[in-house]
Amino acid sequence: MSEATLLEARNLRKSFLTAAGVFAGASRGAPRQAAVDGVNLDLAPGETLAIVGESGSGKTTLARLLLRLIEPDAGEIRFGGRDLLAARGAELRRLRREMQMVFQDPFASLNPRLCVEAMVGEPLEIHEPALSRATRRERVGAILETVGLGADAMPRYPHEFSGGQRQRIGIARALVLRPRLVVADEPVSALDVSVGAQILELLQNLQREFSLTYLLISHSLPVVAQLATRIAVMRAGKFVEVGVAEHVLAQPAHPYTRALLAAVPEVPA
Amino acid sequence: MAPLLDVCQLTVELPTPSGWVRPVNDVSFQLAPGETLGLVGESGCGKTMLSLALMGLLPPGARRAGEAWLAARNAGGAGRLNVVALGDRELVALRGREIGMVFQEPMTALNPVLRIGVQVEEAIRAHLPHSGRGGSAPGPGEIGRRALQALERAAVPEPQLRARQFPHQLSGGLRQRAMIAMALAADPQILIADEPTTALDVTVQKQILELLARLRRELGLGLLFITHDLGVVAQVADRLAVMYAGRIVEEGPVVEVLRRPRHPYTEGLLRASPQLRRRKLEPIAGVVPRLDALPPGCAFEPRCPYRRAECAAAVPELRLAAPEHRARCILVEPVVEEVTR
Repeated sequence: MSEATLLEARNLRKSFLTAAGVFAGASRGAPRQAAVDGVNLDLAPGETLAIVGESGSGKTTLARLLLRLIEPDAGEIRFGGRDLLAARGAELRRLRREMQMVFQDPFASLNPRLCVEAMVGEPLEIHEPALSRATRRERVGAILETVGLGADAMPRYPHEFSGGQRQRIGIARALVLRPRLVVADEPVSALDVSVGAQILELLQNLQREFSLTYLLISHSLPVVAQLATRIAVMRAGKFVEVGVAEHVLAQPAHPYTRALLAAVPEVPA
Repeated sequence: MAPLLDVCQLTVELPTPSGWVRPVNDVSFQLAPGETLGLVGESGCGKTMLSLALMGLLPPGARRAGEAWLAARNAGGAGRLNVVALGDRELVALRGREIGMVFQEPMTALNPVLRIGVQVEEAIRAHLPHSGRGGSAPGPGEIGRRALQALERAAVPEPQLRARQFPHQLSGGLRQRAMIAMALAADPQILIADEPTTALDVTVQKQILELLARLRRELGLGLLFITHDLGVVAQVADRLAVMYAGRIVEEGPVVEVLRRPRHPYTEGLLRASPQLRRRKLEPIAGVVPRLDALPPGCAFEPRCPYRRAECAAAVPELRLAAPEHRARCILVEPVVEEVTR
C-alpha cells in the first residue's frame, strides 16, 4: 500500500442470486450471477477515475462495494491505508464520513419531507453531534453558498427546486462533511443539457477547491470525457481496459472500448 | 413533393391555476415522405406536447388553435385532413393507421402481462378496416402471420420465439423493436418517435437508429424524431427544429444548423453538450422561464449573452438566415429569399 493511494481494491467479487436462484431458495449451488468479477482498482488523491459501462456491466454494484454499502463475497478494500472491510463501529463511521455519494436522480434521492437545512445538516448531526445549532446552521449556509444556492434555500423543500438545483442540494449534502472521496453515480444523466453542463462545471470547481478525489460512474463517454483523468471500461463485471483518459478515448486498445466509442453519436464539427 | 404533414401556426393551451399557458406556441413545419425532422429541446419546451397534439392525445381541458394538415390516404375528395379539428372517432381511425408513435420507455408502454405476439396482433386487429363487415376479415392464423411479419420488419431476431415471450423477458433494445413493430403494424405514413433511444445503451441505440433509418427509406415514412440529444439528431435527421418555451426558435438542414447555429439558444446548447473531444463546456446561464411567466419579448432574452434592449420589446419573427435556414432572433441579418415561383 503506497502513501499515494487513497482507495485500493484487490480482487473484488460480488455475485447475486439469479431470478431462478431466488425462487429455488438460497441453498448452496443455486444459480448465481457475478456482478463484480475480480476487480482491482487504485485511486490516487485528486484524480477522477471514471468507470464506464453499459447497463448490467456491474458499475453501480462496484461503487456500492467500494463504499461498503454492500459486502463483497471476496477481496480487499483499503481506504487511506485502513482495511475498510475489517472496520467496525466508530472506526467505520470515521471512514464513512470521508467517502460520500452523489446520486443520479435528484428527484428520488432527496427526502421530500425535510427542508434543505435539515437535509444538508443531517450528516453533520450524525457525524458531529457536538456542534451547536448555530454552528451547524453556519456550515450548512456556507456549503449551500459554495454549490451555488443562497442561504435563502434553507427553509425550502425539495419540490420547490428544479432538477439542477436539487442536484446541487445533493452535492451540498455530500460535501458538508468535507469528505476526501466523492462517488458520483450518473450525476448528470437525469438533467437537461444546459443544466448538466452547469453541474459538471460545479463538480470540476469543487474538486479544485476541496482537493476532492472523484469516482465517476457513468454510461456516457462524452460526460466521462469532460471530467475523467483515468477511465476504466467495465463489461460483465470486469475491467476490460484501464488507462489515462486521453489515451483510452483517442487510442482504445480493447475492441469493446472501440465499439462503445464508435456508437457515440457525435455532433458534426 | 407534397408534404405528408403541414403544420400551420399550431398552438396548444393548457389551464393552470395561474391561467392559460401555451406549451406549444405558433408552431409551423412541414414533413415530406421519406424525410426525418428532428425536434430538439430541453424538458418543458413543448416537444412532447406537440407530438401529442398531432395524435389527438392532449390532456383533458386543453385548447388547440391552428392547423395540422395530413395528406391522409382515406381523406376522400379533399385529399387532406386537419388533424387538430377532428373528433374522437376520426382520431381513433387516424392513430396507428396514418400516424404511428414510439415512446421513450418501452417497458412502460408495453403491457407486462401479455405476450409480445398478442400485443402486436392487437395492434393489427385494431386497425383492420371495418372488420366484421364484408366477410373478408382475416382469421386468427392470418393475423398471427402478419404479427410475425411486423416483428421481422423491425428486425426482431427469432420472431416466433419472441412472440411467445413476455416484455420482461426481452432486453430494452428488443422491447423497443417490438414497439416499432406495433407502431408500424397498420402501415402508417408518419412515425413520431419521442426519445426512442434515451433509455437504451449506446450500442443498442445505434442499432435502433439504424433500424429507423432503414424503415424510413424502405417504407417512405415521414419521421418526426423528438430528442434532447444533438448527437443523435445529427445522425438521424435531415432537418432540425429547435424548440424553446413552446416556440420553434431555429430550423434548417441539420448539418447547417449544427455547424452554423444562428439562434443564441442553439449555440448555447451546442456549447453545453459534452462531446468525446474534451473541451471547456459553457453552461447556459439561468434557467428556462416558466410558461406562466414568459418574458414579453424573446423568451431566451434573459439568458442570452447577446441580448439588446429591443429583444425584450416583442417576440422576434423567424428570419431567413440562409437558404431554408430560419432563426427567431433579431440579430439575424435576413437574406432576401430567392423568388423561384
